[in-house]
Amino acid sequence: MNLLTISGSPHVHGDTSVKKIMYGVVIAMIPALIVSIYFFGIGAVKVILISVIACLFFEWFIQKFLIKGKSTIGDGSALITGVLLAFNVPSNLPIGVIIIGAFVSIAIAKMSFGGLGKNPFNPALVGRVFLLVSFPVQMTSWPIPKPLFSSVVTDAITGPTPLGIVKEGLKSGETVSHLMAQLPTYTEGIIGGIGGSLGEVSVIALLIGAIYMLIKKIITWEIPTAFLGSVIIFTGILYLINPEMYINPIFHLVTGGLALGVFFMATDMVTSPMSSKGMLIFGLGAGAITVIIRVWGAYPEGVSFAILIMNAFVPLINKGFKPKRFGETIN
Amino acid sequence: MKTFKLGGIHPAENKLSESQPIETLQLPRKVFIPLAQNLGAPSVAIVKRGDEVKVGQLIGKAEAFICSNVHSSVSGKVTKIDNFITQTGYKTPTIHIDVAGDVWEESIDTSSEIKHEINLSKEEIVQKIKEMGIVGMGGAAFPTHVKLMPPPGKIAEFLIINGVECEPYLTSDHRIMLEKSEELLIGVSILMKGLDVKKALIGIENNKTDAIRILSEIAVKYDGISVYPLKVKYPQGGEKQLIKALVNREVPSGKLPLEVGCVVNNVGTAFAVYEAVQKNKPLIERVVSVSGKTLEKPSNLMVRIGTQISELFDKAGGIPQGTGKVIGGGPMMGKALVSIEAPIVKGSSGILVFDEKEEKRLEPQNCIRCARCITVCPMGLEPVLLAQYSENEMFDLAEENSIMDCMECGSCHYTCPANRPLLDYIRVGKNKVGQIIRNRGKT
Repeated sequence: MNLLTISGSPHVHGDTSVKKIMYGVVIAMIPALIVSIYFFGIGAVKVILISVIACLFFEWFIQKFLIKGKSTIGDGSALITGVLLAFNVPSNLPIGVIIIGAFVSIAIAKMSFGGLGKNPFNPALVGRVFLLVSFPVQMTSWPIPKPLFSSVVTDAITGPTPLGIVKEGLKSGETVSHLMAQLPTYTEGIIGGIGGSLGEVSVIALLIGAIYMLIKKIITWEIPTAFLGSVIIFTGILYLINPEMYINPIFHLVTGGLALGVFFMATDMVTSPMSSKGMLIFGLGAGAITVIIRVWGAYPEGVSFAILIMNAFVPLINKGFKPKRFGETIN
Repeated sequence: MKTFKLGGIHPAENKLSESQPIETLQLPRKVFIPLAQNLGAPSVAIVKRGDEVKVGQLIGKAEAFICSNVHSSVSGKVTKIDNFITQTGYKTPTIHIDVAGDVWEESIDTSSEIKHEINLSKEEIVQKIKEMGIVGMGGAAFPTHVKLMPPPGKIAEFLIINGVECEPYLTSDHRIMLEKSEELLIGVSILMKGLDVKKALIGIENNKTDAIRILSEIAVKYDGISVYPLKVKYPQGGEKQLIKALVNREVPSGKLPLEVGCVVNNVGTAFAVYEAVQKNKPLIERVVSVSGKTLEKPSNLMVRIGTQISELFDKAGGIPQGTGKVIGGGPMMGKALVSIEAPIVKGSSGILVFDEKEEKRLEPQNCIRCARCITVCPMGLEPVLLAQYSENEMFDLAEENSIMDCMECGSCHYTCPANRPLLDYIRVGKNKVGQIIRNRGKT
């Protein structure tokens, strides 16, 4: 008989793996991917492909020549960053700018900390915010969505996002009810077709992905619920104070990058808290900061900043909010 | 259906031997009976080389409080008392006996007749259990009589009988519940009398519906015994989890079940108690599941204590080609064995074989902070953090974060998508922290 292996228990392992989780997220992004190609056509395909290829390349290059370790591009996380970065930019973004974004995401925000699992901030969001402050013009000229098979197709027409219209309008002294006429309907927001970044175009496509991830237990309910809940509560309070100065909560929910941020970026397990209580705090904070930026900040959209700011609090939250220990209280 | 709330996992059950009736293993030619089979102090040998012994004769005497007697499981001649390899991986003092015939001590009732009437008083029961060397048969091998002697000021309210058998593969408790149901319930009544409690709760996981049905039917005849089906979830067989599931009380950190008025015993133990008290039979044999996917015939065997593990494989179709690992106990908490020459002891509930592919550990990757280990931890700990503290020798922080509450169920390691050996690190940390705490007590 051969020599026996000795190892500590347990001797069996569940069928989870990092790869399974990561590709689960990729699958969850497919509905939004299809919708974005439907509305933005070849521009979307171009942005997504370049972003993904650049992200994979930078990770491969750094892992091979700087870290000198085994290739990690197969684990799916660079692929997610690539798609998420593409989801966060307009479909007419120049190729060079996308590549810079991918570089910042992977090289600076992820690999410089030691790769998957070690980055404190969501890589795709770091890339997006870097581009937003470095290339403000290119990053905020949104092509107007045109369904793939509709008759009028020109990519050149750009227009502001609904959040931008509201921000500018309110700044110049107009009232909400007056602005409403220029805004798309809520149905458009939910199904798709309002201007914005690639992945923001359809709430329902993102929701399908989110439900898939919840069923597959890739994400848990805490962060999305707390995030959406706090956006609803804070915008709701403002709306009740003065509906002519503050637009209603439903508008906030269906526009901008909220759904994308809530389901795909705030829930990033690497950069979010570990305990259930911690996750609720994280979501609550992110929601509150989003509203503050949207209503009073310089930018019309605040989801990315909100998530990044809350990312910075994660170690503190993990320290402050421990899970309930067994036997802590006797009932 | 009842279960515990915090954490838990559901590993593949693989109860391959669940429909195999208990078979008696043929007598071995030699047995090796370790003097240390229980949690606590080892017993002291009272026989010497050349002595003739009978089945059931006392050969190792308990001299400490947390200690239990050891009896000969065969008749024959003591050839030597020497160190011998055991399932712990260490060589410990062991009595070697050459088997000759099968002569039992006259005091033991070897008839198969079931004796219902309990004639002994509370004190006599505890004394008898102590004398017969009964220990917890679920694996930990804690001397049973100690559990029946609550320290002053502590009162037991419930006797909890553990029929959960939440470890994959193992089926020995399941078979005892099916085949020795009546004896088992008498054993429970004896324990109730010994402990002076009015209520006993038998918890059985719902993957053993036949056992639940049979025991519920018979339990009607017994006062104060009730059977509860439990939702299948690992590690429900853990004392603290079972108490939480059945009576919804939480044993405080670092305390015994008595703190919340409970005493937990395994079904195997209850059967051994029946035999000890009603039949005057010491703990000299037990049911062992021999299982594994590559095994020709997974079985449940009645084995004399001290039989070498290699002998069990002969009955189960021989040890398969390509066996990479042999485990004493279940796959979640059992120990990988150094040698199949080691003997079966009182706490051996099963022997498993894994082939080379199955035993391979997957390569660890970076932690992705998914917090699954925290979600599944039945003690509400943060395994990822405890493992990091241990790895970086930050033992004060490990202690602060309740590392000593870890019962090593392995749910964290099982569930980690990055295959990180969390429990390995935590074990090292527990060891160190335990040492630090003991040293603190000395100064």
